[in-house]
Amino acid sequence: MQLGSGLDRRLTPYVFAAPAVLIMLFGLLYPVIEAFRLSFYEVRLGEPVTAQAFRGFAIFAEALSDSSVRKSMAVTLQFSIIVVAIEMFLGVGLALILEKPLRGMMVFRTLLVLPMMIAPICVGLIWRYMFDVNVGPINSWLSVFALKPAWLAESGLAFFAICVTDIWQFTPFVFILALAGLQGIDQSSVEAAKMDGASTLQIIRYVKLPLLAPILMITILMRVIDALRGLEVVYAMTNGGPGLSTELFSLHIYKSAFVTQRMGHSAALSICLLIVTTALSALLLMWSNPLRQKGR
Amino acid sequence: MPDLANHERADDTVRIATVAALAVVSILPILVMLSTSLKTQSQIFSGSFSFFMMPTFENYRNVLEGRFLGYLGNSIIVSVVATVLTLVFGTMCAYAISRFRFAGRSPIAMSTLLVRTIPPAVLAIPVYFILTPLHLDGLAGLTISYIALNLPFTIWLLYGFIEQVPTELEEAATVDGCGPYRLFFTLILPLLKPGLAAAAIFTFRIAWNELVLASILTNRTSRTLPYGVYLFITDVGIDWGQLMAAGMLVALPPLIFTFVAARQIITGLTAGAVKG
Repeated sequence: MQLGSGLDRRLTPYVFAAPAVLIMLFGLLYPVIEAFRLSFYEVRLGEPVTAQAFRGFAIFAEALSDSSVRKSMAVTLQFSIIVVAIEMFLGVGLALILEKPLRGMMVFRTLLVLPMMIAPICVGLIWRYMFDVNVGPINSWLSVFALKPAWLAESGLAFFAICVTDIWQFTPFVFILALAGLQGIDQSSVEAAKMDGASTLQIIRYVKLPLLAPILMITILMRVIDALRGLEVVYAMTNGGPGLSTELFSLHIYKSAFVTQRMGHSAALSICLLIVTTALSALLLMWSNPLRQKGR
Repeated sequence: MPDLANHERADDTVRIATVAALAVVSILPILVMLSTSLKTQSQIFSGSFSFFMMPTFENYRNVLEGRFLGYLGNSIIVSVVATVLTLVFGTMCAYAISRFRFAGRSPIAMSTLLVRTIPPAVLAIPVYFILTPLHLDGLAGLTISYIALNLPFTIWLLYGFIEQVPTELEEAATVDGCGPYRLFFTLILPLLKPGLAAAAIFTFRIAWNELVLASILTNRTSRTLPYGVYLFITDVGIDWGQLMAAGMLVALPPLIFTFVAARQIITGLTAGAVKG
């Protein structure tokens, strides 16, 4: 009896953890291992994975030297740097302007969160309509100036359009995190700087921004990881076109799997993407580990 | 000092104007979707956009006459089941990590945090290859994938909430002879309502909105809403009215949640970055 309940007690944590752990092993870890295995084979969708199709690391080498892959890496790099930089600048700037509590702030924050909450596919379709050359509202407003740009049919403009969409969707994310960070700052250091006669700009530059730095680093990492993961918005807006001008890396992975059906190619690239996002994720954990900071 | 008061008032005016401008930019595209969904074909294709029209529900009627109602049902089933199971399993796991010292605790905690950023595009191919031979493609496989995708976030969000529950409560209940499982379900779970609400909204939203895995794992009968909406884009052209009506139907639940539970959503958004 005594022995039984002792064993019971030792088993308890495993019973609590087991369902979640098993599902994550089956739904996340196993697929990642399978993706790694598939990246050695040249197979098409629906084909069995046979020994004849084995190519080893050749698929990695071939995929990474492919010109369309190089192009999509460049697009992704440009896209992430541009949107994250602009979102950080706007989001932090707005948080500094709106730092003091304002009546109705909760309603305002609710409205700002909306673009992040609706389905990415909806966001993509809304902005595809916004930028539509013939029926879109933007060209309807621009017609006052006799302008009619073919937003989504011209490389540079299409890239601009997907950047605008991302900035619209995620600047509020940066704003909300920066605002929460600002409101957590110990006001005594700000007061002390004021007493010493520091100007508003000096206080921002030398007191607030340094205190915000850890949160801003975390925000940048979260945004970059998300920019690398997402593909739905661009899938709906341009499907990567015209040409390859908006083909983000994750979209290229998706399309090469299910449109051109080169499974090995796609799996190899997905492993590369996974390595990058996981490395960034590990970096994020070093900055802020939710399981460690509460100090247990 | 009247001058200072004036200055402060001017300052406030600037801030209120900034807030108002931002709010407009934020919701304008959503209002464009709403107004387009209520227009007739000829109004939409007139080439000059206006928010004002005689609203017609024609587009909604057409959308709901097709297969869309079936997709809606599939989406509801998948999202609700995935949300409930994610919350139960995730909270149990967070409780184990928070309250027990056991072999495997740190590996579980650490790997949970690392896998939360796996891109859906990485999972798409292998999940297809794994689930199809098991006959788990379709709604069952999709639900399992969504639970797996959402567990990491739920676990660490709930972990933070469990840590704030004083252990004295559990010690007292244990002394009174309450077993660990009854303790968890009757004492701990009810105390975690705010955390569970935040986790529920995030899980439901991700399952409801997900496109990549859904487009691969589902077929004509098991399709969920997001891919259903995408299918309104055809080679022949786009019926913007119907597309926007379908988009509104997909966007509606997240919009409602946001208005009802804005506070929980902001808790969830800031949970990772700002120390609670």
